[in-house]
Amino acid sequence: MSELKMDKRITIIDYGLGNLHSVSNAFRTLDCEVILAQTACELGESVRIVLPGVGAFSDGMAGLTSRGFDVALRNHCHSGGVILGICLGAQLLMEAGEEFGLHAGLGILPGKVVRIPSEGVKVPHTGWAQLLPPMNQTTLGGVLSTSPVGSWSYFIHSFHILPSSSDMVSATCSYGSHILTAAVQSGRTIGFQFHPEKSGQFGLDLLKRFMESPID
Amino acid sequence: MVFRIIARLDIKSPHLVKGIHLEGLRVLGDPGIFAQHYFNEGVDELHYQDIVASLYGRSSILDLVRSTAERVFIPLMVGGGIRNLGDIQSVLRAGADKVCINTAAVENPSFITESAKAFGSQCITVAIETLMDSKGRRRVFTNNGRQPTGLDAFDWVRRVVDYGAGEIILTSVDNEGTKRGLDLEFVSTVARSFPVPVIAHGGVGCIEHIADAARSGASAAAIASAFHYKMITVKKVKNGLKERDIHVRIENG
Repeated sequence: MSELKMDKRITIIDYGLGNLHSVSNAFRTLDCEVILAQTACELGESVRIVLPGVGAFSDGMAGLTSRGFDVALRNHCHSGGVILGICLGAQLLMEAGEEFGLHAGLGILPGKVVRIPSEGVKVPHTGWAQLLPPMNQTTLGGVLSTSPVGSWSYFIHSFHILPSSSDMVSATCSYGSHILTAAVQSGRTIGFQFHPEKSGQFGLDLLKRFMESPID
Repeated sequence: MVFRIIARLDIKSPHLVKGIHLEGLRVLGDPGIFAQHYFNEGVDELHYQDIVASLYGRSSILDLVRSTAERVFIPLMVGGGIRNLGDIQSVLRAGADKVCINTAAVENPSFITESAKAFGSQCITVAIETLMDSKGRRRVFTNNGRQPTGLDAFDWVRRVVDYGAGEIILTSVDNEGTKRGLDLEFVSTVARSFPVPVIAHGGVGCIEHIADAARSGASAAAIASAFHYKMITVKKVKNGLKERDIHVRIENG
């Protein structure tokens, strides 16, 4: 069996929000060449892009739109580019988000972002949770498919993703009596609600697998 | 829900320090080394508290944040001397995930709302330090227990939640460093009364204290002296909590 070759080049979108340094650090630890793109024209030939983000949905979209990233990211995905959204970045991939009113997202993945149910639990969901398979499945999906069920990852969010097709859910987690979407994937568009760059060794291994995932 | 264990490091740059009621600080060593060790042992989060920043109005902790964020891939909260949106931005950009504010919130509670709006409430933890007064009421202090505010603790917690804090750290200044246990009565009252996660801090001496915090409804316990002086280890705490049927993260292998 041939070794998966790891791509070394990763472009991280800098749109004014989010913990860029942690995400960059994680990829640098994996010996990647990290490019920070502050404007859409810097995306250039980037094949693999990370959209990080921490903060409010509407602020995130404003940050992307003002820098031309909304159009550029849609083009990137339509032309077969790989994108990994993390936390707010994953949420922004969707069509709409319900934080502070209904706001349009990038619309790259069909579905929306809704508030986490609050019965019996604290909001935001802050802390570690184990990744579980999507409904009716026994393994995690997509780029997570080689990760053990029950891998611990770190979450900090008040909203979560509801894709319009449950096929797109690649992992879930449980929080109190609720099941939340932990990860989504459709082709080369991936979203992690959790923070792989804050999920210890598991998170680093997962990012390495992301960089190894074939483009074709 | 998974109970979190947080290692709390009081920093007087470049040292890890500790004191009882913050009189007579003792230098314990290189915070980066302690942080790495706790990470290796499976701690869930780190909290760096810059204990001189609020007195001198400076934050000199960014280098430590940066170097920790390069090696330790778990959540990092940073507090001490965070006074405005620019301070929060600097700390987050250096690699922290959350900031902990205290004095700035007491002086201008709408700063909590502004910060939550700008960065997301999940980035904004408000620290509330309490001391019992002579009538047995909990009063709010700032500057690591030195500066009285006159505020009633429960009332202030309610306001902090209303203003939009994503998380609260309750520090019992009475108990801190004493190893006689946390202020469970107040932790329980706050955890029951508000939807926001509560981190209990101040007084942990043994695993049972931490288990009690979990049973009281806290979402996490922040531990300083007991870890730094090696009275208990992260591993023993996690195993001990698991034995007591408290759900914690334990990595295999």
